[in-house]
Amino acid sequence: MPNEIINYEAVIGLEVHLHLNTKTKAFCGCSTEFGKEPNSQTCPVCLGLPGSLPVFNRTVLDYAIKVALALNCKIQEYTKFDRKNYFYPDLPKNYQISQYDLPLSKGGLLNIDTGEGLKRIGITRVHMEEDAGKLIHEDNVTLVDFNRTGIPLLEIVSEPDINSPEEAYQYLSTLKSVIEYLDISDCDMEKGSLRCDANISLRPKGEKNLGVKTELKNMNSFKGVKDALAYEIKRQTGLLESGGGITQETRLWDDKESKTFPMRTKEGAKDYRYFPEPDLPPFIISAEKIKEIKDSIPELPYEKYGRFMKEYGLSEYDAKILVASKEDAFFAEECFNAYSGKDKKMLVNWFIGPLLSEANSRSLKISGLNISSAGLLELLGFVERNEISNLSAKVVLTEMLDSQKSAAGIIKEKNLIQISDTESLKEIMVQVIDENPKSVSDYKAGKENALMFLVGQLMRKSGGKANPKIAKELLKERLNA
Amino acid sequence: MAISNGVDKKLNTLTAHELLDKLKSGGISSEDIFSALEKRIKEADPKVNAYVRNQVQLPLADNRKNITGGVPIAIKDNICTEGYNTECCSKILEGFIPPYDATVIKKIKGSGHAFLKLKTNMDEFAFGSSTENSSFGLTHNPWNLDYVPGGSSGGSAAAVASDEAIWALGSDTGGSIRQPASFCGVVGLKPTYGRVSRYGLIAFASSLDQIGPITKDVRDCALLMNIIAGYDPNDSTSVNTQVPDYTKSLNSGIKGLKIGIPKEYFVEGLDPEVNSAVKEAINILKKLGADFKEVSLNHTQYAVPVYYIIATAEASSNLARFDGVQYGFRSKAANLIDMYKKTRGEAFGEEAKRRIILGTFVLSHGYYDAYYLRALKVRTLIKQDFDKAFQDLDCIITPTSPSPAFKIGERVDDPLKMYLSDIYTISANLAGIPGMSLPCGFTKKGLPIGMQILAKHFDEERIFSLSFAYEQNTEWHKMKPDFKP
Repeated sequence: MPNEIINYEAVIGLEVHLHLNTKTKAFCGCSTEFGKEPNSQTCPVCLGLPGSLPVFNRTVLDYAIKVALALNCKIQEYTKFDRKNYFYPDLPKNYQISQYDLPLSKGGLLNIDTGEGLKRIGITRVHMEEDAGKLIHEDNVTLVDFNRTGIPLLEIVSEPDINSPEEAYQYLSTLKSVIEYLDISDCDMEKGSLRCDANISLRPKGEKNLGVKTELKNMNSFKGVKDALAYEIKRQTGLLESGGGITQETRLWDDKESKTFPMRTKEGAKDYRYFPEPDLPPFIISAEKIKEIKDSIPELPYEKYGRFMKEYGLSEYDAKILVASKEDAFFAEECFNAYSGKDKKMLVNWFIGPLLSEANSRSLKISGLNISSAGLLELLGFVERNEISNLSAKVVLTEMLDSQKSAAGIIKEKNLIQISDTESLKEIMVQVIDENPKSVSDYKAGKENALMFLVGQLMRKSGGKANPKIAKELLKERLNA
Repeated sequence: MAISNGVDKKLNTLTAHELLDKLKSGGISSEDIFSALEKRIKEADPKVNAYVRNQVQLPLADNRKNITGGVPIAIKDNICTEGYNTECCSKILEGFIPPYDATVIKKIKGSGHAFLKLKTNMDEFAFGSSTENSSFGLTHNPWNLDYVPGGSSGGSAAAVASDEAIWALGSDTGGSIRQPASFCGVVGLKPTYGRVSRYGLIAFASSLDQIGPITKDVRDCALLMNIIAGYDPNDSTSVNTQVPDYTKSLNSGIKGLKIGIPKEYFVEGLDPEVNSAVKEAINILKKLGADFKEVSLNHTQYAVPVYYIIATAEASSNLARFDGVQYGFRSKAANLIDMYKKTRGEAFGEEAKRRIILGTFVLSHGYYDAYYLRALKVRTLIKQDFDKAFQDLDCIITPTSPSPAFKIGERVDDPLKMYLSDIYTISANLAGIPGMSLPCGFTKKGLPIGMQILAKHFDEERIFSLSFAYEQNTEWHKMKPDFKP
C-alpha cells in the first residue's frame, strides 16, 4: 500500500462520426436510405470498381459547413480531400476518401453544462469523409454489405478538455442537440448514424504532462460511452496504484460484460500514407457561401434556452429540459404562444411533469405524443376553470393519448366534472370524519399533516372528482369548529 | 482480287476518313470493313499479338453484330467495356467484366461508330514502355518482329501499324500513346489533362492519365478526338470548356507559327538517326513558313525522377483495390491477410510489384516530405517552365523518344534504362499539356522515328495545324511495314 494517496485526473477526448442525412451518397448518386436489402444501394463508384471516379455531392459541403459554424469553428478557405490508405474488406478501394492536413474547419468550441456552470470544450476539427461498408459475421463466413459505403460522414474531434465520464455524456448530449437543431443527421447511435470513440489517459492531479492513453471503441450509446470511460478510469487507476503501467492500445467496450478488452489485432505504428486525392480537385469556399449558410442556421439550443427564460419566464431547469429536443422546444413554444390563460407556470409544469412522463413511458419525445397544442390547451382550460382536478386531468391526458378522443368528450364520458357544490361534499366529508377518528384527533392535537390525509381520503371517496380546494376549506372549518 | 460484293478486300489498309467516304458513297458497308479486319487479324496477329484473348474471341458472331455502322475502333485493355472483359493485361483482373461503359465508349456508341470487341495488348496496368509486361505475352513491332512496339499502348499502335485496326484508343500516363506511336510509325495524341474523360479508364496515375487516339494519319486523329473529347460530369478532373471541331484546324496553315526547340532535349543520349530525322523535319517546317527558336525548359532533367515518384505513389493507392475480395483473381488462403498476400503476390507481375513498392515507400511516414511533397513542388516548376515558354510560342518540337524501337528483351532487366525511353514524353503529363507523336523518318534498319509536338493547355488545334501541314508535305505516314505473315 502506498503511503500517499494520489488523486488522478482523467483526460478525455472524443471523436464523433456523424452520418449526414443527404439523399444521396458523398461521391455517387446512390440512395443513403437505411435498412435496405444488402448491396441494393450500390454502383460502380461506391463499389470502387476499376475505372470508376468519385464526384463530390455539394450538399455534403453545405451540411458540413453548417455543423462547423454551429460549433464555432473557422472554415478554411482552401480545402481538399485526401486518401487514407489501409486494407480492410469493408473498404472497397482499400482507401478512404477523407481529409488530412487541410480539413474543412478547425478551432471550434462547445459549451456544456457540468451542473456547476458552463464548461468550454474545444473542437479540434470538423472534417468530411466517406463511410465504409458493414461486415456481417456468420458461422463460417463474413459477408459485406456495401449499402453504407460512401455515405457522407463528418468527423468531429474534441480537444482533450473533458475530465469525467459525466462531462463526456454531457458533451455528447449537447452536441446531439445542436446537430438535431440543424436537421442534417438522424443522430441515431443504434442505426450507426452517430458513433463515438474515446481517448482516455490519467495523470496525477496538477500534473501537466499527459499519461499514456487508450482508445476506446465499440460503444453504442451515450451511456455506453460513460460506462466505458468509468470502467477505464477504474482499470487504469488500479494499474497505476499497483505500480503498473498503461499500455497504449485500442480497447473494445463489451456492453454485456461492462468491461473493456484489448482489440485482438497487431498494432504497429499506423501509417495511412495520406496523400491528396487526385480524382477530386481542391476547392475554395467563398465568404459568400459561408455567410449564406450562416444565415440559414436556425436558433440553436443554447440561444433558445436563454430566450425561453427571458421571454416566458422559465426557470433554468425547465428551459434546459424543454430545449434539449428541437421538436419539443417548437411544440412548447407553439403552446406558450397559443395560451391565453393566466397561469403560465402551470402550463410549463405540465410540460415538465405529465407530458414528459407520458413521453418517457412511451419512449417518445413530447412532440411525438398524439396531442396538438389546441388539444392540450383545451384540457388545461378545464383545470383552470376548476372544472376538473389536476388528478383527473392526468387521467384524461392518458386517455386522450390512447384514444385520440377530445378532452371534453372524455370528461363527459367519465363524468369527471369536479364536485364543487358544498352540500354534496359535506355528505362525503361526514363519512370521512367518521371513518378516520385517529386522524381527526391527530389534527386536533396539532398535526397539520393529518388534514392533508383527510383531504386525500375525501378525494378518493369522491372518485377524484371533489374539488380539493373546497374540500380542504370545508374540513378545516368543521374540525376547527 | 475482289471479294464477292466487288469490294477491295484491303479495306483494312485504308484510313478511317477514306473508309467513311466510301461508306458515305454507299460502295461498302461497315461489315465489309470488319470482314477485312477479321481476315487481317487472323493472318497477322499470331505473329504480332496486338490483341489479347483473340484466339478465343475470333471469329465472333457477337463482334460482327456489334459492328452496326461506322468504322470500328480498337480499344486498349484498360478501358472499361460493359459486358466484355477488361483486364489491364493483368492476372489479377482475370475474368473481370465491367458492368458499365467508360465515357469514351459511350461516346463512340453515340457517334455511330463501333468498337472492336477485341482489346489491344498493353503492359500490365500500363506499367512499361515496351508491352513486354503483359500477362497475355508480348507484342511484336510490325516493322521488325524482333523489336518491341513501345508501350504501354503497344497493342493499339502495333494493330494500327499492321492494318489489324483502322484506328485505336490508347492511354498515356508518361508517354504510353506517343512512344509506341513513334516506334510503330503511326500518329498518337495525348490530349490536355481534362480534355477527355477518364471515367472508365482503369487508373494508373490519376493526375497524369489521359485517353487518346492512335491513328494512321493526322486527319483520323482529329476525327477521333471529335468523338471522345469533352466535359464529363462523372470525371471531376475533366474540364468544362467548348470542344472545337478539330478537323477545321487541319488547314489553318502554319505560316508565322512560333515554334520552340528545347535545348535540353537535344543532348547526349539522343540517337543520332533520331536527331537528324527531327532536325530534317524542322527544316521542312521552316520552309513551310514556321518560325523556330531555341528555348530552355530548365527543369527537364528532373522530369523522370519526379514522374516515378508521383506516378508510383498514385499507382500504389489505385492498385490497392485489387485484393481478391470483389472481383478478379483470388488465391485460396486460410485467412484474410494471407488471402490478400497470396492474391497480390501471385497475380501482380514484377513491374507492378516494383511500382507498388516504390509508391508505398515514397508515401510512407518519414519519407513523404522528402519524396512525394518535393516531387509535387518540382512538378509545379516543370509546369511553370512550359507556361513561360508558351508565353511567346505556339508549339514546341522534340523527338518523341531518344531512340527508335529497341530489341525485345534488351531492357527487360534494366528498369532504369527502360524508364529513360519516356524521358521526352513525361514532362507533358506532369504539366498537363497536349502532345502528339507523328512519323518523321526511318532508321537505316527501317525502324520508324517519331517527332513530338507539344502545345499549351487545350490548344490541340495548333498541334493539328502543324502536324497536318507537315504530313501533307511528307510521305512517312503512307509507309507500310512489309511484314508478311
